[in-house]
Amino acid sequence: MTVDNPTTGAGRPPGAASEPPTGPPTTGSTATRVLGVITLVGIAALVLLGVFLTPADAELGDTIRILYMHVPTVSTAYLAFVITAIASVMYLWKRTEFWDLFAASSAELGVLFFALTILNGMLWGKITWGVFWRWEPRLTTTAVLMLTYVGYLAVRQIPNDTRTRGTISAVIGIMAVVNIPITHKAVDWWRGLHQEKTIFGTVDPDMKGLQLFTAYLGLTVFLVLFAWLLIHRFRVAWLAERAADVGVDAAIAERRAERAVPSSAGGAS
Amino acid sequence: MSDTAYIATAWIATFGSLGLYSLWLLRRGRKLSRSVPPDERRWL
Repeated sequence: MTVDNPTTGAGRPPGAASEPPTGPPTTGSTATRVLGVITLVGIAALVLLGVFLTPADAELGDTIRILYMHVPTVSTAYLAFVITAIASVMYLWKRTEFWDLFAASSAELGVLFFALTILNGMLWGKITWGVFWRWEPRLTTTAVLMLTYVGYLAVRQIPNDTRTRGTISAVIGIMAVVNIPITHKAVDWWRGLHQEKTIFGTVDPDMKGLQLFTAYLGLTVFLVLFAWLLIHRFRVAWLAERAADVGVDAAIAERRAERAVPSSAGGAS
Repeated sequence: MSDTAYIATAWIATFGSLGLYSLWLLRRGRKLSRSVPPDERRWL
């Protein structure tokens, strides 16, 4: 599909290198490799600490081991959705393909991390409350938030020109972010089952030492992982658009070549 | 199902999902890279 506004340079990212990249065709780069190594080392440390080395919590028992992931995944998801909203605003302002794809990439990752948040929360809830789910304020607003961003992704799959798709997505991305503070404050505004803020030491001021370190490590690891995923996801989205352009250009060239072939029908005089 | 089983499920499901998604992303990136000319494969 051709670019709507070629003068914005949407076919080539600003600041692009003048020389084509060398090496095998991948979405990797020096930055992603560094982030990737840091992530893998961090995950190994987090598993070691979170699963094996940290003691059980005085109040939460061993369920705190789930919270070492639950809190980072929800924090990462919130960050992803805020990035989507900011990128959506930038898209409506600048109207460049970069911001549209950046918003969509972040939204997809936000949905992934939020799904993991819900999964971990359900498992934690089963242990703590005896049920996987209950329609109390925090969980209900969580479900609404999840459905909103799933809807954002669904809208992007509707066949449309890039500008219309980008505009509709951007509007949804900006409106949906309003639900984040509502979800986060639900435990304060309405009485519910979900516990209040756990990290970092708000409810349990005794959280310290190895537990606190593991909690912060988990947050750091997931944020670095998110950065790595976001870079790759954006590049995949960018390549998908370029591949679609290549496909359309090839089809057009083929059709023109067919028309250029002189007709042998009609015969010579 | 014991508490330990739920905790193990949480860790395995979380990092298993992230690992699978990462692999899918990398493979899709390689596949798309091959179909795009080198001068289009540029990053910010």
